[in-house]
Amino acid sequence: MSTPVSLPASIPLSQRLAARGIDGLTLLVVPAALFILGLFVYPFLYGLWLSFQPKVGGTFANYAKFFADPFLYGTIATTLWLALPVTLLNIVLAVPIALRVRHLRRQRLLTTILVIPITLGTVLVAEGLLNYLGPQGWFSRSLIALGLISKPLALLHNYWGVFISLLLTGFPFTFLLTLSYLSGLDPALEQAAATLGAGSWQRFRHIILPLLLAGLAITFCLSFVQAFSVFPSAVLLGAPAGPTRVISIAAYQAAFEDYDYSMASAIAMIMAVVQLAIVAALLFARGLIYRGATSGGKG
Amino acid sequence: MIRDTTLGAKLWITAVWAVIGFFILNLLAMIAAVVVSSFATRWLGTWFPLGWTTRWYTSAWEEFQLGDVLTVTFQVVFLVVFLSGLIGVPAAYAMARREFPGKRLVMLLFLLPLLVPPITFGIPLATVLYRAGLAGSMTGVVLANLVPTVPFVVLVMIPFVEQIDQRIEAAARVFGASTFQLFRYVLVPLLLPGILAALLLVLVRTIAMFELTFLTAGPTSQTLVVALYYAVFASGVRSVQSIDAMAVVYMITTLVWLLIALRFVNPTQIVARAKSEHAH
Amino acid sequence: MTIHAANFTELKLERLSREFGNLNALRDVNLTIRQGEFIALLGPSGCGKSTTLNILAGLLPATGGGIWLDDKRIDRLRPEERGFGMVFQNYALFPHMSVEDNVGFGLLMRGMSKAERKKRVDEAITMVRLTGHGHKLPGQLSGGQQQRVAIARAIVVEPPLVLMDEPLSNLDAKLRLEMRAEIRRIHNMLGATTIYVTHDQEEALSLADRIVVLKDGVVRQVGTPDELFAHPAYLDVAEFMGFRNRLGGTVTAREGDRVTVALAAGGQMQGRPRGDINVGDTVIVTVRADDMKHAPDGEGFPAKVASSEFRGREFCAFGSAADGSDLAFQSHSPLVAGDQVQVGADPARVLVFPDRMQ
Repeated sequence: MSTPVSLPASIPLSQRLAARGIDGLTLLVVPAALFILGLFVYPFLYGLWLSFQPKVGGTFANYAKFFADPFLYGTIATTLWLALPVTLLNIVLAVPIALRVRHLRRQRLLTTILVIPITLGTVLVAEGLLNYLGPQGWFSRSLIALGLISKPLALLHNYWGVFISLLLTGFPFTFLLTLSYLSGLDPALEQAAATLGAGSWQRFRHIILPLLLAGLAITFCLSFVQAFSVFPSAVLLGAPAGPTRVISIAAYQAAFEDYDYSMASAIAMIMAVVQLAIVAALLFARGLIYRGATSGGKG
Repeated sequence: MIRDTTLGAKLWITAVWAVIGFFILNLLAMIAAVVVSSFATRWLGTWFPLGWTTRWYTSAWEEFQLGDVLTVTFQVVFLVVFLSGLIGVPAAYAMARREFPGKRLVMLLFLLPLLVPPITFGIPLATVLYRAGLAGSMTGVVLANLVPTVPFVVLVMIPFVEQIDQRIEAAARVFGASTFQLFRYVLVPLLLPGILAALLLVLVRTIAMFELTFLTAGPTSQTLVVALYYAVFASGVRSVQSIDAMAVVYMITTLVWLLIALRFVNPTQIVARAKSEHAH
Repeated sequence: MTIHAANFTELKLERLSREFGNLNALRDVNLTIRQGEFIALLGPSGCGKSTTLNILAGLLPATGGGIWLDDKRIDRLRPEERGFGMVFQNYALFPHMSVEDNVGFGLLMRGMSKAERKKRVDEAITMVRLTGHGHKLPGQLSGGQQQRVAIARAIVVEPPLVLMDEPLSNLDAKLRLEMRAEIRRIHNMLGATTIYVTHDQEEALSLADRIVVLKDGVVRQVGTPDELFAHPAYLDVAEFMGFRNRLGGTVTAREGDRVTVALAAGGQMQGRPRGDINVGDTVIVTVRADDMKHAPDGEGFPAKVASSEFRGREFCAFGSAADGSDLAFQSHSPLVAGDQVQVGADPARVLVFPDRMQ
């Protein structure tokens, strides 16, 4: 769009606005924008303000309380200790699998199966795992039948129950995102590397990985943020009073058990800041790597 | 694809497929366990139940008032689908067709609700809705659910709008169509596949949206997924089989729509919504 | 000058085949290439020329036959073990590496020391005349410059064979001519053996020592440019070589290397027979537009003019023969639509093929 530097004042306002791209059609964006401003931005700002209006104490009392009480500040470490390993594992699994699957002609069946846990959501996966991973469930029963273990594994109401549920819902998400980035890579680049003498590991190391890294950073961010906000499975499959007392449980309890909305907002803000910090760190690192075109020339 | 025939490569490929197979096997077994349990008379300490019955479905229907819950679920879901289409599609059109000052900021505005997880913005949002007296009601649940779905529709629809040749619209204008007529006779018919895809995805996501509904719903505005959560949370009160029967009802409600949606969209679309916008 | 082509005597393709499901993309291709030759694989799209190239590069496995480099069978080797250089259609430059790193990639894979690599890369960059651009990313280069990087990257590893897959198809007409000369210059300088895939017969004729014409996965004819230009063996090859006028007829006389054909459009023409042709056979007579003349000295046939264009020295006229066949021919004077004229050609320039459709 070329924006005229100055227009004579005699031209009607509507025309001057139209020249800057604002006309009747542009206004169609207003309802959606207002809606998000009102129900997303405003609540967030309100929550931020509210977090500085504690029930008792000074402006920063909520935050001081949070960081003084290990039962509260410990939730950050607990959540990170779940979210970071799960996200890393998801990515480590997703990349080699996506590298294989992208050549598959009948990808759709696989991607459809993988989209099921995402669609069912965390509550149902938690419900299903309660049965499946239980001491009498098929999982332990099969391992015993195979002679791999002698007594059922303790996979419920602890760290591992939540871990597995995050893997089950998080892996498909990570995988499908990685796959879509990978399919944007020009296959001729790999072929070129092969004709120049690069074996499959060298092709991955020198060509695929550097070109995929920018996309993987985004994938990591999105997957991490999801895992960090784990809630129903931490309650249903974990030990919500102990090892899987994640930050969202603390926020929920503050709001709906103590009815301290101010404290709940403070915890929600802390949650957002931690997520933002990890994402910002990653995106900063991403700024240092190549993130231009992933095809090899003028198509 | 470059063929790799070394032994190491073959082992590696086998390992990769074994991981995929293991994952899918467990996923399907988990779902099967729920289904089997919902039809079991008694299932303790054996591979399969002692006998089969459908009575858990009738008891679950009564115990959990599934009739009411399903009615609420579909009311909420269809309101959300309708409203997010009504607000989202025109916004997507404007975003795709017009360059205006602050457009990048507006784009960020639409991206944030999709990137920030619902539990994070759900708590302040629920607080505001409680203060406004809207929480606990159907209105509150619908409003909360619209927060991620409106931007979702906008982002999914933008590429669909961009695909339409602007000259077609110019032609409609030349022949005298007003903005409304342009939408009614030209754009909506051309965009229908995209609208259908976007709204089906909204539908599937809203049925499964736990956090926002959970934080804003009252006893009379619970959707199926929230009712399921409470049932599992309070398990021990009800029999496991009857909760499993409810879970099966939930799975069917979701997966039917997923299957319909997959006729119109690629599975990766369900995941890769905000990807392209975020890439730069 | 340290970059040379690796030595070998001949590269042999024996009964090379490739099936895609039920489709025979390539059938029993036999070809022997000597060191230093510039070979063009020429044919319309889908003829199997790119399939051949990809099989040679190892990017696509052959489903039958074999490839020998002297006594060494190479068709089972992985692409990275063959050591060929390849120039891709869209160049396939690594977008995240500088020009230097792109060119040096093959040397890095061969484990060459940094100092030696630097020396060779500089030399290759000089050879393709890109001095001063070494630190740029491919995205900052023009199409022609990207092409030069792709060539440098392929030749710097001193491959026994350089494979080029329609390397000029993404360039505009002017640049295409320039790069054509450049490719030939580099080929001569290195003495490399080059296999060049193209659908443009002009490109093939101007570049290659020998041309292999492919159609439907089968080699139709192999020959030097002038052989193919003057003596195409088959009607389809002739057509591909610019024999644009086609007229049906029946042979009325044969004397040694000269047959006389009574045309279906009336009149008669004389020409050289291709293949087994006897009196009474139905045949197709083909002539290049440049060789078909208005008002010839000898025999000819009547034609009706539809339009004519000035082409600098002469006029090029379009029209039709009495049986409706389209014609393109040369004229010294301007012609007007509707003119009835006599056209014909020098018998030495006329080819007569048996009509296989009959």
